Amino acid sequence: MNWKVILNIAKTHLLTKMKSTVTAALGVTFGIGAYITLVSFMTGLNEMLDDLVLNQTPHIHIYNEIEPSKNQPVSLYTKFEDALNVVHSVKPKQSQKKIHNALPIISYLRKDPNVRGATPETNAQIFYLSGSIELGGNLSGVDIMEMVRLSNIQDNIVEGTPEALKNNDNGILLGAGLAEKMSLSVGERVQVSTITGSVFPLKIVGIYQSGIAEIDNIQSYTNLETVQRILGEAENYVTDINVKLFDITQAESMSNRLEQQFDIKATDINEANAQFETGSNIRNLITYAVSITLLIVAGFGIYNILNMLIYEKMKDIAILKATGFSGRDVQLIFMSQAMIIGAVGGFLGLFMGFILSKLIDQAPFNTEALPTITTYPVNFNIGYYIIGIVFALISTFIAGYLPSNKAKRIDPVRIIRGT
Amino acid sequence: MKLVLETKNINKHFHKPKDFHVLKNISFGVKEGEFASVMGKSGCGKSTLLYILSTMDTDYTGELYLNDELITGKPHQELSRLRNKHIGFVFQFHYLLSEFSVLENVMLPAKKLAEKSHTEIEHDGMEKLKMLHIDHLAKQRASRISGGEKQRVAIARALINNPTILMGDEPTGNLDSHNSENVFGIFKRLKEEEGLSLLVVTHDEDFAKRTDRIVQMEDGRILG
Repeated sequence: MNWKVILNIAKTHLLTKMKSTVTAALGVTFGIGAYITLVSFMTGLNEMLDDLVLNQTPHIHIYNEIEPSKNQPVSLYTKFEDALNVVHSVKPKQSQKKIHNALPIISYLRKDPNVRGATPETNAQIFYLSGSIELGGNLSGVDIMEMVRLSNIQDNIVEGTPEALKNNDNGILLGAGLAEKMSLSVGERVQVSTITGSVFPLKIVGIYQSGIAEIDNIQSYTNLETVQRILGEAENYVTDINVKLFDITQAESMSNRLEQQFDIKATDINEANAQFETGSNIRNLITYAVSITLLIVAGFGIYNILNMLIYEKMKDIAILKATGFSGRDVQLIFMSQAMIIGAVGGFLGLFMGFILSKLIDQAPFNTEALPTITTYPVNFNIGYYIIGIVFALISTFIAGYLPSNKAKRIDPVRIIRGT
Repeated sequence: MKLVLETKNINKHFHKPKDFHVLKNISFGVKEGEFASVMGKSGCGKSTLLYILSTMDTDYTGELYLNDELITGKPHQELSRLRNKHIGFVFQFHYLLSEFSVLENVMLPAKKLAEKSHTEIEHDGMEKLKMLHIDHLAKQRASRISGGEKQRVAIARALINNPTILMGDEPTGNLDSHNSENVFGIFKRLKEEEGLSLLVVTHDEDFAKRTDRIVQMEDGRILG
């Protein structure tokens, strides 16, 4: 095969028909550019929404579930083994909220190579007192520095710092909704009361805003020891353990194992966010459907223009064949034109997509719900660029193959005869 | 004398619009260094015969030999190569690639053959153009030169691979008498100086009379 000659002819055709070449290449460019922009923007948004929920959820959440005993005492009694036993008004089993042996479980988890971190958490139902008004809420005692390491809580602390909480024995990161309702700001004090009625003053060292109003209206954070002291419980009083893994796919099997091993309730991230996952899958599906449509439209553009080009070049094809070029050579000439258009248009498309993504990335995007986000989220994943260029090449290959196959079959005699 | 081109019992039918027997038992040959012309009325099948001889048309029965080698039935790829190397073809209408320069048009078949380096091909191309007195046009676009010049470029292109035989399908049919004379002179010189075999289909009786041999065709048969 004589590539130099073939490419030279292809080049001359493309350069002398600059207008249609540019039109065809621009078709690809816009298709690929729009694909890159769209997919980057949409997956960026998806990722942001995913993060919003998923980063607040530990990969495995360990706690004690209040639930009725699966085995009622009557079933243990062998004399009624064959009888149909009906128990009315089943009550939950009397058990403690705290996780039994929480501290040994944590140190066991921390030794697991797949565990990035395991943090204790003690949740307490409390009331925030503002004059005579009591606002119900939830106070979580956490190891704040571990939380910073393992989750994106730092992004949600809109005022103050996590260090300030760590250094203050009576500090609290007050939920943004609560702060607004009670007209409180950093440096002031808030009184909280437990269910049993004891009242504690806490100093506001920061404001916590998750972006989800329901959470911000009830949730506040403090140190683990502070909550234990408020509740009057010992240092081993831990109601929840949050586990982050290195490999999230292991979450389900590991949570099942932990349930069996320690006789506790463990939910993994997928279980906790099943409906969320469906939403994000559908969003991804829409993204793909739109992108494929764009790429196919670009492909048709190339097909059209090459088809036209081949009709215009009928006579040239006949000459080439008459002077000794084979059908395959002619096909390669037109195929290489298609591939050149595809490659040039595709790479320009990647570039255009990148520029547009950059522009979107700079565009301001302020919303109450998302305190830490100031511009539109864009996902600059190299994978989409690879998919874009590969699809550009594949679609131009197909779009070029069909017309060039026709050129291959053209009978030079018929054209020279003019029939 | 050795035959460079020979046919044995070539028959061809056109199937559309209805079955038509164009060529009937054509058997003839062209000798080495012979300048033969084919004459006949329009529609007698002379162009059809030429396309079969040039290997472009493969839809026929019978046998075609080029340099005593059976060509009939060879795959298209192989036929393209043979056409490239051994057959030079000049059409009635010049048929140059209009986007390329004159020199590029001439060089193209040699580049396809790829037996010589680019500089050698360029040198050969210039030689052929010089021989036909059109070397001053080498860098011109093929679409920018006159009809007579185009036909001479087409001849130069047909000669670039030093073919065994040069075929022409009414090469002077579209030219005025001055240019016709010019083209005939070139053919004559090629035969005499280079010993090239030529086979030219023509309507022009004056042209035919001055060739070595006239093959008369009528209704798909060769007369005499």
